[in-house]
Amino acid sequence: MRDVAIIGAGMTKWGELWDKSLRALFTETALLALEDAGVDKIDSMVVGCMSSGLFVGQEHLGSLLSDYLGKNPIPAARVESACASGGLALRQGFFEVASGASDVVLVGGVEKMTDVTGCEATYALGTAADQEYEGYHGLTFPALYAMMAVAHMHKYGTTREQMARVAVKNHLNGSKNPLAQFPFQVSVEAVLSSVLVADPLRILDCSPITDGAAALVLSSLETARKLKKPFVRIAGSGQASDTIALSSRKDLCWIESTHVAAQKALAMAGRKVEDVHLFEVHDCFTIAEIMVTEALGLVKKGQGGKAVEEGLTAIGGTFPVNPSGGLKAKGHPVGATGVAQAVEVVKQLRGEAGERQVKGAKRGLTQNMGGTGGSSVVHVFEAD
Amino acid sequence: MAGIIGYGAYIPRNRIKVEEIAKVWGADAPSYKKGLMLEEKSVPSPDQDTITMSVEAARNALKRAGIDARRIGAVYVGSESHPYAVKPSGTVLAEAIGAVPECHTADLEFACKAGSEGMFIALNLVRSGAVKYGLAVGADTSQGAPGDALEYSAAAGAAAFLFGSDDLVAEAVETYAYMTDTPDFWRREYMYYPRHGGRFTGDPAYFKHVVGAAEGIMAKAKLKPSDFAFVVFHQPNGKFPFRAGELLGFARKQIEPGWLVNRLGNTYSGSSPLGLTAALDVAKPGDLILMVSYGSGAGSDAFVWRVTDRIDKVRDLAPRTRALLDGNKAYIDYGVYAKYRRKIRKAE
Repeated sequence: MRDVAIIGAGMTKWGELWDKSLRALFTETALLALEDAGVDKIDSMVVGCMSSGLFVGQEHLGSLLSDYLGKNPIPAARVESACASGGLALRQGFFEVASGASDVVLVGGVEKMTDVTGCEATYALGTAADQEYEGYHGLTFPALYAMMAVAHMHKYGTTREQMARVAVKNHLNGSKNPLAQFPFQVSVEAVLSSVLVADPLRILDCSPITDGAAALVLSSLETARKLKKPFVRIAGSGQASDTIALSSRKDLCWIESTHVAAQKALAMAGRKVEDVHLFEVHDCFTIAEIMVTEALGLVKKGQGGKAVEEGLTAIGGTFPVNPSGGLKAKGHPVGATGVAQAVEVVKQLRGEAGERQVKGAKRGLTQNMGGTGGSSVVHVFEAD
Repeated sequence: MAGIIGYGAYIPRNRIKVEEIAKVWGADAPSYKKGLMLEEKSVPSPDQDTITMSVEAARNALKRAGIDARRIGAVYVGSESHPYAVKPSGTVLAEAIGAVPECHTADLEFACKAGSEGMFIALNLVRSGAVKYGLAVGADTSQGAPGDALEYSAAAGAAAFLFGSDDLVAEAVETYAYMTDTPDFWRREYMYYPRHGGRFTGDPAYFKHVVGAAEGIMAKAKLKPSDFAFVVFHQPNGKFPFRAGELLGFARKQIEPGWLVNRLGNTYSGSSPLGLTAALDVAKPGDLILMVSYGSGAGSDAFVWRVTDRIDKVRDLAPRTRALLDGNKAYIDYGVYAKYRRKIRKAE
């Protein structure tokens, strides 16, 4: 396999975007990424989207989005792995270029979630769980992560306040990200007194429902060098699966798919996790970020809560986690999230992250997760 | 010169508290109280509906106006809970107050702004000289599906305004209407409860139209927020009117006198009209009042009123709105509420 570069990145403001359709969201960011790359011709495109069928009644996104971007007749594919759809799209795009099948590939992620009611959105998201063994029994994602939180609190003594500190940190980071859905700070007290969703998780522990898209342009290293602009290399890509149902897990407090995917991605990059300067991870709920820092090997099992409390995961900490604001503050348009994580790493490694810049960052890692960890995709990036 | 010659309010005496509704649904009462600034709402008795409340409010308006009802040439009832799908509310009202038979009547519907629509039409018929006096009522026994967020606010009440050219209580300085096709809240025929677009009812719906109408009328009248003694917005919950005020540059003290929703609920077509009656109750001669309604679908009617000396003579000829709101209340539990609102299916 040959090396792959990211030569362009694009993202627009996320939020409740009543006046933008799915195709408009995608096309805007794709054009930004192509403009950033300085290329016009692409050989193929891959789009991550979890559930356009349930959210806007539209499938067949490959054709739709290639058409609206004006790129017919290139091959265009839509991939799905629940909330890890964006990460999976990046991985498929990576293989397209690495295999030599394409030289320039557009990777996008998009989700338009606010055209349906809260109940319908909860149902659509719930299809990422095991419908027979979880969904039919009334479990929703807040409920599943609440059980993981209770298990983690019971086993390791993780506290309610430690979880709140994940939200506080990510909102602080997000307050420096003009594209974030919620670019404002919250206090520990505000998190602890916010509306209860699924005990012990409160509304400020949960990532929001978001309209948004993100896009990247990938190319071979030869093409990247010809453009004579700074680019980022995809040093490693890893993916792993686990039981879709939480009840089938050996350990409710451990996300094995993230652990395995990270090991694979780091091995491909020839790096250890300590070599990485910043992490964009899947904090769909505050407890998720705590468990992911453990699965990535940043801290020992059970120490994720303590790590955030001690400030290790803050910008300027030992291992900054979610400088973008994470899913919590930046928003979580599910299919776009995995791509947006890479957009943030590209900005950080190019030194373009403004007030939230992790100083001297040369290597970054993204971790994107489907469901309660039924699938995970991890990428390692290095500044060229 | 045309304007309001008499105004009247009516609020049923039953109240249900937010906690009582939240208890039944296992919902978080503090979040409704804090987030939506709602404490309790009015509930109609089983023998009350849009027509009976319209009659009560219209009689209060007649007391203040002191005119012969037979000289009323137009009667409009705005509501989204007219008791009949076919058969007007306005005819019953006109008959009850003695305004028949030389009278034009129509029932209006435009979600929560049906009341202000009637005001707009009646006022302009008077302005044109087509009628001597016109009556407009906004009244609703609002519907909200059990367990829906709307159930915490959907309330009952009515406000009536008589328009004429002499002996004005408040002169109509300016009128303005602002509307677009924005489907934020709707109920089709045979649907028992309305549906709504959740958070879509906020920025692109309520705020766009309320702010648009307020800015439009102030530009047209060459007035600014600080010129007004009071401002009354449609009140779907406690928070929205204050946020609209903030966006436009009004102070809380301009909003609060006409802000009834925390203990009244959202009386839909009666909401901003009732707010106007409460503002008139405490207004001084010369005060300017801005009123902006809002109806889903969506649009806003805006009015600038200048209060006259006559206000001091008429305001106590009928019960003040806050007296109706705070006096003689009867708290009911959810079971009685369910019965009164016909949510219980009985044997045939």
